[in-house]
Amino acid sequence: MTEENVAPASDSILVVGGGISGLTTAIEAAEAGYEVFLVEKNPYLGGRVAQLNQYFPKQCPPTCGLEINFRRIKDNSRLKFFTLAEVENVTGSPGNYDVSVKITPRYVNANCTCCGDCADACQAEIDNEFDFGMQKIKGAYLPFEMAFPSRYVISPQIIGTEDAQRCQEACQYDAVELDMEPKTMNFNVGSIVWATGWQPYDAAKIDNLGFGQHPNIVTNMMMERLAAPNGPTKGKIVRPADGKAPESIAFVQCAGSRDENHLPYCSYICCMASLKQAMYVRERDPDAKIYIFYIDMRAPGQRYEKFYQQAKDDENIFFVKGKVAEVNEDADTKNITVVAENAVTGEKIQQNVEMVVLATGMEPTTATAKLPADLNYTDEGFIINDFENGGMFAAGCANKPADVVSSNQNATGMALKAIQTLVTR
Amino acid sequence: MDKKYGVYICKGCGIGDALDIDALCEVPKEEGLPVKVHDCLCGKDGVEFLKQDIANDGINTLVLAACSRRVLYDVFRFDGCIVDRVNLREGVVWSHPRSEFAALTAEEKEDENNFDRVQMMAEDYIKMGMVRVEKIDLPEPYQLESLSKRILVIGGGMAGMSAALDAAKAGYKVTLVEKETALGGHAAAWRRQLPIANPYDNLIDPIVADKIQAVESDANITVNTDTIVARLAGEPGNFTVTFKKPGEKIAFDVPYPLPDEMKVDEKGNDLDAEKLHEAFLKYNEGKEDILQFDPDGEMYGAVVLAAGWQPYQPEGEEFAHLGFGELPDVVTNAQFEEIAQNGKIIRPSDGQEAKSVVFIQSPGQGNDTDFDYCGAVTSLVALKQAKYVREDYPDDGKAFVFYQHMRTPGLQENFYKGLQQDPGIFLTKGEVAKVSKNGGGLIVDADNTLLGEKLQVKADLVVLGTGMVPATKDDPVVNLAYRQGPAFRDNIDLFKGYCDSNFICFPYETQRTGIYAAGAIRRGMTVEESMEDASGAALKAIQCIESVNRGVAVHPRSGDMTFPDFFFQRCTQCKRCTEECPFGALDDDEKGTPKPNPARCRRCGTCMGSCPERIIGFADYNIDSIGSMVKSIGVPSEDDYDEPPLRILGLVCENDALPALDIVALNRMSYSADVRLIPVRCLGSVNVIWIKDALSQGMDGVFLMGCKHGDDYQCHFVKGSEIADIRVKKIGDALTSLALELERVTQFQVAIDEYDKIPQIINQFVEEIEELGPNPFKGF
Repeated sequence: MTEENVAPASDSILVVGGGISGLTTAIEAAEAGYEVFLVEKNPYLGGRVAQLNQYFPKQCPPTCGLEINFRRIKDNSRLKFFTLAEVENVTGSPGNYDVSVKITPRYVNANCTCCGDCADACQAEIDNEFDFGMQKIKGAYLPFEMAFPSRYVISPQIIGTEDAQRCQEACQYDAVELDMEPKTMNFNVGSIVWATGWQPYDAAKIDNLGFGQHPNIVTNMMMERLAAPNGPTKGKIVRPADGKAPESIAFVQCAGSRDENHLPYCSYICCMASLKQAMYVRERDPDAKIYIFYIDMRAPGQRYEKFYQQAKDDENIFFVKGKVAEVNEDADTKNITVVAENAVTGEKIQQNVEMVVLATGMEPTTATAKLPADLNYTDEGFIINDFENGGMFAAGCANKPADVVSSNQNATGMALKAIQTLVTR
Repeated sequence: MDKKYGVYICKGCGIGDALDIDALCEVPKEEGLPVKVHDCLCGKDGVEFLKQDIANDGINTLVLAACSRRVLYDVFRFDGCIVDRVNLREGVVWSHPRSEFAALTAEEKEDENNFDRVQMMAEDYIKMGMVRVEKIDLPEPYQLESLSKRILVIGGGMAGMSAALDAAKAGYKVTLVEKETALGGHAAAWRRQLPIANPYDNLIDPIVADKIQAVESDANITVNTDTIVARLAGEPGNFTVTFKKPGEKIAFDVPYPLPDEMKVDEKGNDLDAEKLHEAFLKYNEGKEDILQFDPDGEMYGAVVLAAGWQPYQPEGEEFAHLGFGELPDVVTNAQFEEIAQNGKIIRPSDGQEAKSVVFIQSPGQGNDTDFDYCGAVTSLVALKQAKYVREDYPDDGKAFVFYQHMRTPGLQENFYKGLQQDPGIFLTKGEVAKVSKNGGGLIVDADNTLLGEKLQVKADLVVLGTGMVPATKDDPVVNLAYRQGPAFRDNIDLFKGYCDSNFICFPYETQRTGIYAAGAIRRGMTVEESMEDASGAALKAIQCIESVNRGVAVHPRSGDMTFPDFFFQRCTQCKRCTEECPFGALDDDEKGTPKPNPARCRRCGTCMGSCPERIIGFADYNIDSIGSMVKSIGVPSEDDYDEPPLRILGLVCENDALPALDIVALNRMSYSADVRLIPVRCLGSVNVIWIKDALSQGMDGVFLMGCKHGDDYQCHFVKGSEIADIRVKKIGDALTSLALELERVTQFQVAIDEYDKIPQIINQFVEEIEELGPNPFKGF
């Protein structure tokens, strides 16, 4: 393991997490004139939004904004980013933090031209977390086609195997470096913004909703991958069990959220996400029937209410106020019967559908892994901001559940908070 | 700069295998330019090789024929050098694999009637790169003569005060203007406030007093109460602002643009520029023209617009079914807050204690939407106010909240849950059908509630959860002295008067550079959300000032040092540039000559596209640079080959369409090799002269490919792709005069992720052109 010291920069900010919030904080601060280091644990920037098919309510692709942000990074020498990088330790105080960051080897160096020969040569296939395991990818891979940096990765899973050798031999540009070692980089920064984001709540923990037991029950994030043109099915929305395009889909809202046994809070995005998914399914399939089981449709404000109205205007989208109690699979058809009680009429509803989407909520990544820094958390693991002390701030969904717009407003503001620490110290 | 050229061709990534590199080298040689070939230009050797030439031979203008400019951007950046990236890899080789577009065999090469489409394509792109670098210059930043770093915050409520404090804390001088006589806004008149921090479970005392105190004691902040902005003129970094007392009429009140019907004479003919200006002055009698700057005005660099909201005022019989207007004990949430602030909750009708209060969140009548201008905040306010009832009457107070959807998103759910424990608060979904008089009190009839199909509740007081109307709904508030008019532009149509951004990713982007909205003017927000939003707006204001100071553009072309340059001697005062600029960057004078305001400009080039005289351009992007690229495309005719290939020009948006085309290549999808693509900053920058040039030199068709427009526009410059679409539709006359079919020119809308559709779109267009047959001008 090697160690590298990045020159002390008293006017610099460290942003941890390269999802949409971290990107926003980092770029906005850099464009205001400050030195910024951005570290991201994945081999690419973009985080969760890179996995999304579309944003609500515009139904536009996230890569559109990411591409602009990546260009802003390319054009800004004040912003330096590091992928496969995780913070190991933070010491110091506002205005003066020492941070060590571990860089995991990519096994591909800057010579990579993205030609893809290594992936062609590699025989082993590995699970693709980006697609929630719905397809396998080669042991040498480009995370997704618009990945930034556009550089291949060799999975540690094939290191030491013949496949790794094959990749190395296939590369005409000496880009494959199998003896790459982990290294530690040390940063001295004035302030830190934690934009460590969220993860989908593990749907398998919700016993009564059948995820992991019945293949045609998927999560909303899986649905995004199914719908995405760069997803496992190249954008065809099909049932995992048999590859059939579902003619009826039930959305189960608050799958885990607003539930004392799981996530006691509201995850903010799931109602709008289901409306979005219902709308894009309907746009593709004029006969598809959609059933949305909800407690409250949280579509507040002019823009969201308008979008909800569009969904209500669709006569093939049915809204049922009621919490889903159980799901049953028909062994032959693999269809699912969703059982709920209509909260208004009290009537018990059994709705048979071909596929079920669980609107699973978000939990902060810090719910399961606390950060190596002196931070305070809510009971659920969100980072609590301490504006009095300053120095370290949480942005986006590390701080609370939020949609992309609010996360970006928040992340822009946190760039200023981080700058204030530099100015006032 | 004295240009010294060098053309470099990379053989890596399959380029050398697919193309005849020697033949490619002949292209620059014919023009007398030095050309060198390298196996891998982006490798250490390759970059060193380039650096050597720059250092030793003084090469400063490089044409790098290798990969897309989207990749290896940092590797091929050389200070002080003009660099063009000719996209042989993604644009030619990867998207036109030899398996589909076979190279000529030695034997086929013998016959001069055979040609290699892919090789031709590569040769054209190198020619285009060579002519481009000849026509462009290195940009020099635009510097304002005087720059103010002061920030103006409009609105002294929670959002405005937060923005002022945040900017001040970062070291900037701030002036905070408030139209009322005191700071605080609505928050100053609240009994209690929603939680702003974890655990979000209980009401807190309003923090507004602390904020006011902090603002007033901050040396960086100047507070002007009882003041509004009469006019804001100039550009970011150099705004001249005139303040006045509310209600005053002064010469520097902002003038309004002429309504369309006043822009024509009695016969319906358009007025000329000077007559228009006369009419404009008459229409705005008593006010100075926008180009007359107030000599006593104050200078500011950027603005945060936090003018807040007004309670919704129900009109006439609007909520007659709920008794509003007729029954004095039916009030809005704003009126209820006033009652609560004045003491114990009482009935307005007789001053009796109101111990049973019903809160209604939706006007009902078959619809489950909230009242207009609502948001999560209005759900939360109902809960807050329900709590007041219980505070005042802990023993026998009852609050009923009828909602269609309880909107307490995120961690605010904690507050909702806390209330559910209160035995005196009844929360139910339900549609209130009617509110009527019941003796001295009221009776509320609700349907489809969780507590029964029909429910009647006796109430002392009924509260309607009406919305928060943004201050900008009927009044521009910012009062910009811009030729396009004072307000933000599209907000009335798209957002019901809110000053919101239409970009999910970029919430602070509007059509007015240097002015950033915060708080309830953007959408209904809680105090917590407003304070966060204010921090972001303050950052954007600071960033704008610092960018102007460096002479560079702000988002989305952040850091761009170019700006539009006008050759005024040839201006015909047609005003198109002023009218079409999506950002209102141009102000024309009394003769109609545009006055550029580069710091307002986002560098999209829509002005350049609009100009019929072609007098607008950027250092590295102008009519000549693109026009010359078009002209350098080889258009083979029957003089060259018995069956010459088609030539089709594609002008593609570099923000979305171009990246999508790169992904087409990365996925080894292919499209016709007879098209030649030129990236443009935005389709708005496309000048129809390029299309006409292409067709008059014999090219067979032209397409524009760019972002989606309409209400959910994806154009990063808001209007660019829409304006281009209008221009393309208008090009018909020119085509007819050339005896060409209208179908030869078209525009495609694609999103960045629709790369899977692009090959088919292009190929289908090529097929349609094939059916039309070759351009009759070919060969002339």
